[in-house]
Amino acid sequence: MKHYAQAFDAFNKNAEDGWLKSQRIAAFARFEHLGFPTPSVEYWKYTDTKALAKREFKLATGYDQQAAAELLKAKGLKLDAHRLVFVDGLLSSELSNLEGLQDAVVIEPLSQALATELELTSGMMGRLAGIDVDVFTALNFAFVSEGVVVRVGANQKVNKPLLVTYLSTATEEVMSHPRILIAAGASSELQLIEHFIGADEAKNFTNRVVEGVMERNAKIHHTLLQQPSDKEWWVGRIQIEQKRDSRYTSHQMNLGGKLVRDDLVCDLNGEGAECDFSGLLFGRNRQHLDIHTLVNHNAPLTNSYETYKTILNDRSQGVFNSKVIVKKDSQKIHAVQNNANLLLSDQAQINAKPELEIYADDVKCAHGATTGQLDMDALFYLMARGIGEEEARGLLTLAFANEVIDKLELPEIYNLVETTVAGQLPHKIELELTQ
Amino acid sequence: MANEEMEQLVSSEYKQGFVTDIESYTLPPGLDEEVIRYISSKKKEPQWLLDWRLEAFALWKEMHDPQAWANIGYPKIDFQAISYYSAPGAKDKNAPKSLDEVDPKLLETFEKLGIPLHERAALAGVRGVAVDAVFDSVSVGTTFKKELAEAGVIFCSISEAVQDHPELVRKYLGTVVSKTDNFYAALNAAVFTDGSFVFVPKGVTCPMELSTYFRINAANTGQFERTLIICEEGAQVSYLEGCTAPMRDENQLHAAVVELVALDDAYIKYSTVQNWYPGDEEGLGGIYNFVTKRGDCRGDRSKISWTQVETGSAITWKYPSCILRGKDSVGEFYSVAVTNNFQQADTGTKMIHLGEGSRSTIISKGISAGRSNQSYRGLVKILPSAKNARNFTQCDSLLLGDKCGAHTFPYQEIGNATAQVEHEATTSKIGEDQLFYCMQRGISEEDSVNMIVNGFCKDVFQELPMEFAVEAEALLNVTLEGAVG
Amino acid sequence: MIEIKDLHAKVEGKPILKGLSLSIKPGEVHAIMGPNGSGKSTLSAVLAGRSDYEVTSGTVTFFGEDLFAMSVEERACAGLMLAFQYPVEIPGVKNVYLLKAALNAQRKARGEPEIEAPAFMKLVREKLQFMKIDNSFLHRAVNEGFSGGEKKRNEILQMLILEPKLVLLDEIDSGLDIDALKVVAEGVNSLRDAGRSFLMITHYQRLLDYIEPDFVHVLNDGQIIKTGDKSLALELEDRGYDWVVEETA
Repeated sequence: MKHYAQAFDAFNKNAEDGWLKSQRIAAFARFEHLGFPTPSVEYWKYTDTKALAKREFKLATGYDQQAAAELLKAKGLKLDAHRLVFVDGLLSSELSNLEGLQDAVVIEPLSQALATELELTSGMMGRLAGIDVDVFTALNFAFVSEGVVVRVGANQKVNKPLLVTYLSTATEEVMSHPRILIAAGASSELQLIEHFIGADEAKNFTNRVVEGVMERNAKIHHTLLQQPSDKEWWVGRIQIEQKRDSRYTSHQMNLGGKLVRDDLVCDLNGEGAECDFSGLLFGRNRQHLDIHTLVNHNAPLTNSYETYKTILNDRSQGVFNSKVIVKKDSQKIHAVQNNANLLLSDQAQINAKPELEIYADDVKCAHGATTGQLDMDALFYLMARGIGEEEARGLLTLAFANEVIDKLELPEIYNLVETTVAGQLPHKIELELTQ
Repeated sequence: MANEEMEQLVSSEYKQGFVTDIESYTLPPGLDEEVIRYISSKKKEPQWLLDWRLEAFALWKEMHDPQAWANIGYPKIDFQAISYYSAPGAKDKNAPKSLDEVDPKLLETFEKLGIPLHERAALAGVRGVAVDAVFDSVSVGTTFKKELAEAGVIFCSISEAVQDHPELVRKYLGTVVSKTDNFYAALNAAVFTDGSFVFVPKGVTCPMELSTYFRINAANTGQFERTLIICEEGAQVSYLEGCTAPMRDENQLHAAVVELVALDDAYIKYSTVQNWYPGDEEGLGGIYNFVTKRGDCRGDRSKISWTQVETGSAITWKYPSCILRGKDSVGEFYSVAVTNNFQQADTGTKMIHLGEGSRSTIISKGISAGRSNQSYRGLVKILPSAKNARNFTQCDSLLLGDKCGAHTFPYQEIGNATAQVEHEATTSKIGEDQLFYCMQRGISEEDSVNMIVNGFCKDVFQELPMEFAVEAEALLNVTLEGAVG
Repeated sequence: MIEIKDLHAKVEGKPILKGLSLSIKPGEVHAIMGPNGSGKSTLSAVLAGRSDYEVTSGTVTFFGEDLFAMSVEERACAGLMLAFQYPVEIPGVKNVYLLKAALNAQRKARGEPEIEAPAFMKLVREKLQFMKIDNSFLHRAVNEGFSGGEKKRNEILQMLILEPKLVLLDEIDSGLDIDALKVVAEGVNSLRDAGRSFLMITHYQRLLDYIEPDFVHVLNDGQIIKTGDKSLALELEDRGYDWVVEETA
């Protein structure tokens, strides 16, 4: 904790007095007060942050431009999109490109928005993900300096997807606390893709926060591709407020990292609002992957759907905790949570907890959570058709993941995820042959 | 069905709510070492048991009331305001030696509750039921002891067992639920007064159903019973407990511990019909039912099955659990919980799989009405040693009315790739279409609801011993009476 | 038996029935036909008393009593039975239990004693046999896992046992193959007598080959626009509904 205090002093000392500086001070005080969570806190029961707390991360002051460009070229998504690229938490103007935006759509780096439109930006920041939400959210606020601000005017469909790529290239232990703020106007539509890429040796700690307010009938498709290196620490929170008839879709593809914790929260505050989450946790080696979701049905006639799959190999650990809360008088609710887990090794461990808290009676809520192995009948069937056992297992594992991978609509993303999973299965699958 | 109609709450009375006017000796409220020494000496306990109680008490004082994590709320309990011992009869009177010596008023009380404390010959072809009746802090009598003894089965109060079979009690007491297991288990270890003891020796199938009936009568008194059931290799027993209490405005504490031990190939079936006084429709009074129940499937192929029908108590906090240690051991949990008015229930089970090939089944049906809140809280834990372990969980909630809550907190901790765990849960309100269908056939709304709710609970009721299944259905109907318009 | 006068009803705020009048005397069999969305099923739902249908005006008397003053179960006990188009599944509740509870509730309403178990079982077995339904059916949960045909047969079985005075058959023929349809029709025909009436709601003329109606009504846009005898149904089968609509427009 002590070194965070030093880092914070150095970071905020020279900042200009004003709203941001005082907010950061309050946020840091909150962080110090709460401290890193221990497993005795119910929501951190299965994820121990002790090892993370011990590391002494610094804020990056610069990066190797060529290495960043090469990493992006090798692993980045080839996609026709509005692009913003951050390297170790710092904006890379060279790699970013926001040309061709419509007039009624604003996409800009957070640093720029804070400098030029403080009032507007401060109104968006901390409204949903304030310092009381969680200790990491407070920590993010204390160190926040970069990120993205997106404002989509009413009835605007953003003409291309927004691709935000975060590269981890440092060889030292650096931390970054990016924040994305979204204001989606009535009947607007936005496709947001976040892609986290780590160089093999990166040891970054990324703590990113997304806050989004969706007006009436707005649509957001949000895809999160997590491919940090297996030495990286990653914590993130998404907080979405949904008004009447809005629809938020989320795909979380959790494919890398040493310790990864995702929190996804939707407040369904208007009738007809709907959210649809899907995700894949794909763990290997000693990875620890944790997804927590929370849907608050605060209004009647709201729906939520969740489908999450985990595949865990080696000594990896997975945590899946989803919670649906139906407030009193939120009638005519439909909520479905589905979770299926596949353990490929005896040393792997999954802790699942799909929760329902229901205070209204006219509801249809269901959840299912299963953990098991590959279907032996299916395995036998494939082998009887002449496919070797190893390959048959690989095919079935991929088939298990496909239910969520199939939901990825953009072929570039779909292919990336499918080949990544296929290529890292214990029984490698040559996709060219199987497709 | 209109919500206003739903709100018309229970008009039926709690039929077991009477008070028996009987002379009794009750310790003044308060808890300290002296109280524990008094209980122990009253029961003529050996030194080791007194020491065990005192250790538990010392540890309990360091522990905290666990209400933080359970989804229930109640005012802080003043443990010094509760009396820890109450026995019918004058202070120095010794316990009756046989049923003939029991105060007729007590026999009458149990008779009135429908619990026969006589040994009228069982009707031809009907299996008898042996009963141990516990009144406040003491067992007042156990029937069919002789017949059971002939089969080699020991069935008596735990106080008697301490006198007559100290080696068995010492060997097993506290081995399943340790004295420090949790706050209320520690309190129970310190002050437990009576309860039942069952020992079924190797190869014996208990010739009749065993049953214990718990009755709280005295005011301001806690009941802390402790039950211990042991089935040796290949032995089998079916045991049922029932419980009621008078209607009183104050809350009363019931903190029991039940320990089951099943050795190789043994089978213990433990059924509960819990009907403690639930408090009135304003939420006044009622029993706080904080219970620790756990079965240890120590032996290979052993099986422990819990069935519970929970309709009573102001607050219920219990998780009958199984530790599946033996190879191919089996744990089962079948539960129906009904809450109405201001009742709260946080109940479920834990299935801890250690043994290879161990299997468990959890079927939980929760019905919430009135302003009640109910939670299912369950843990399925598969340890790396439990190769090929299986679990199936089905947990359904039914809501009657828009002021109640139904919550589900299932924990799965799985550390074995060969495990197969399935969990399914649904929450819904009683089907309008189903209600309409029944009513269109001329059945009244209340009967239609009862019929549909009983159907919803069928999977659990069919696990109860026949004679109690009928009782359970009737109890459910009474509890829900008036829950719909 | 039943007098429907200028009945208007709404579903979710939308008017469906717009002034429907119909009179059925004891012993008569009426058929209501009409295109999709004409209000056929709304009529049966309103008569049986579904709460999500709102009656905005008009009257219905059943044996001289105001039907809308009666609760759902009172209507059933007075002898009105709806054979559902989509009978609901009720898990865990055995058929035999539902039958007995319903029969006794109705007997009680008529001031008759409850039926004794042996007499009840004898009655049920007899009707099962008539409907060509296996005895094991009694111990299955109400409609749970039943095929479409089994569900419809169950409706008729209940009718045979409860012996209602007025039966509303809501698309009883939908989803039935010809053999099942014959069994269902036989069940209905066996109950036809001078004191009992039927109101069949159907889309197809086919049903009327097996259960002959005394009157055929054409329902369109919430009103009966034409009434005739059995030949009207055949004409509708041949020519569709448009000509009737045009003729009356």
